[in-house]
Amino acid sequence: MPSSPFITRSTSVSAIMFKVLLALVPGIALYVWFYGPAILVSLALASVTALATEAVMLKLRNRPIKPFLSDNSALLTAWLLALSIPPLAPWWLVVVGTMFAISIAKHLYGGLGSNPFNPAMIGYAVLIISFPLHMTHWLSPLGLGQAEIGFADQLRYIFSGALPPGLTLDAVTMATPLDTLKTQLHMNRPMQEITAMPIYGHLAGHGSEMVAVGFLLGSVYLFANRIITWHQPVAFLGTLFLTAEIFHMVDSGHYATPMFHWFSGAAMLGAFFILTDPITSPTTPKGKLIFAAGAGFLTYIIRVFGGFPDGVAFATLLMNICVPLIDAYTQPKVFGHKAGKK
Amino acid sequence: MSAQPYKEILHNGLWKQNTGVVQLLGMCPVLAVSTSVVNGFSLGLATVLVMVLSNAAVSPIRNYMPNEIRIPVFVLIISVLVTVVQYLMNAYLYGLYVVLGIFIPLIVTNCIVLARVEAFASKNPVLPSAVDGLAMGLGLAAVLAILGGMREILGHGTLLSGLDLVFGDAAKAWVITLIPDYHGFLIAILPPGAFIGLGLLIACRNFLTLRGERKAGGNAAISHADGGVAVSHIN
Repeated sequence: MPSSPFITRSTSVSAIMFKVLLALVPGIALYVWFYGPAILVSLALASVTALATEAVMLKLRNRPIKPFLSDNSALLTAWLLALSIPPLAPWWLVVVGTMFAISIAKHLYGGLGSNPFNPAMIGYAVLIISFPLHMTHWLSPLGLGQAEIGFADQLRYIFSGALPPGLTLDAVTMATPLDTLKTQLHMNRPMQEITAMPIYGHLAGHGSEMVAVGFLLGSVYLFANRIITWHQPVAFLGTLFLTAEIFHMVDSGHYATPMFHWFSGAAMLGAFFILTDPITSPTTPKGKLIFAAGAGFLTYIIRVFGGFPDGVAFATLLMNICVPLIDAYTQPKVFGHKAGKK
Repeated sequence: MSAQPYKEILHNGLWKQNTGVVQLLGMCPVLAVSTSVVNGFSLGLATVLVMVLSNAAVSPIRNYMPNEIRIPVFVLIISVLVTVVQYLMNAYLYGLYVVLGIFIPLIVTNCIVLARVEAFASKNPVLPSAVDGLAMGLGLAAVLAILGGMREILGHGTLLSGLDLVFGDAAKAWVITLIPDYHGFLIAILPPGAFIGLGLLIACRNFLTLRGERKAGGNAAISHADGGVAVSHIN
């Protein structure tokens, strides 16, 4: 806590959410640089769907539409979801996920401030459970795929599902670095040979590692504006690092480096933008540490031993369930009272 | 007790105290079997048959039943009837019998059957008891059919698939494909779809009840004895 005098500025929800959106921009810019502009279409589609769904739900719930619609929270959900799913996804995938996230995961639980689960992660979980095939067609980084298609062709694929003649979806997409590692290890290829494949870059996947760096850069802005505290990112990344390091030390032939796990998948996005959601994470500092450490550990376990391509979403949702419990057990003792006594 | 008009018994079973969306009794089959209209409604009808027969069987002996052992006796009667239904389905509706599997014998443990025997048949004459079993069972079957329909449309884009299990191969042509070339929204078929779907049905029912009450007079002293959030044991 800062010392007195306690002069604070009250910051509006929409200003905070807008700053979080701004902090996502470096990551998105690098995304476009490495994968082409298809992600911008997903972002736009998700944004429009989120705002429309939000308006309809507010109307159904007899809430004022304008103040809630302009609080940017629906937009943030939309962006986080769009960034979690393959950019070259058919339009209905983005629309269904966003509608589910806003209507069921957010408004049916009481709207902004009352939802126990991160709506974007619910949207992702619904999509990966319902459409596993579509969720694995990730666009190859530019320069790596067997073929590349221009923005016009990407647009056509997203809206009509048609690729230029002679091209298959497999030619322009590939599995994620995390997925590739898992399947190649299954085929008993040695770790060194796998990480020498062109899909891998310096730390993790070629291209995707830089997107993760972009999110890391964006987090500086969040810290500078005191929108997030250090607790969740440090506990999450620390636990992920430690768990990965232990496995890597024991058997480096089968378990990737901690750095690989940091810069793969949604780890950076999760650490700074998803786990730090003030609504679905604990309120106490100690609680935040427990919450994020649990998510870090579960992310590793689900990634390495689970059947899904990434573990951040399910780890977040599992820890979301525990938030009320964590909050109840980490209340600081009131000054003048003895600990452990009511 | 016998003065309770049949119309009220029917209204109770189908709407006011609907087992599926108000009493929330017998959730296990509701959630597990409602993956399609045919599955849901068939298990619903099997339950109706058991409920009518068990209510009608318990009612005549209600005055001779030692109070202390009434529950074991009820369960024995119910399980005999369920076994009969199970063998009948095994013999005449084998395809459906395989699909519904363990949920047919599990009708014994469906607490709605025991609940109606205990709450109604052990206190009322035979005919009202049988009608009560019919109404309560049909209420449950309706919820199963609607939920099954919702999940089947969303999950597979079809309606009435599996009808051939009941009517033979000719019925395969009766399947209605609502959305051709559908990708399948898998979560609707999986357990989360059952919970979300049932939640939405309960919400719809509560909404209709509240709207009806508001229309009926809008007086402040509306009794919420029947509506609102029903809380009870889940199987």
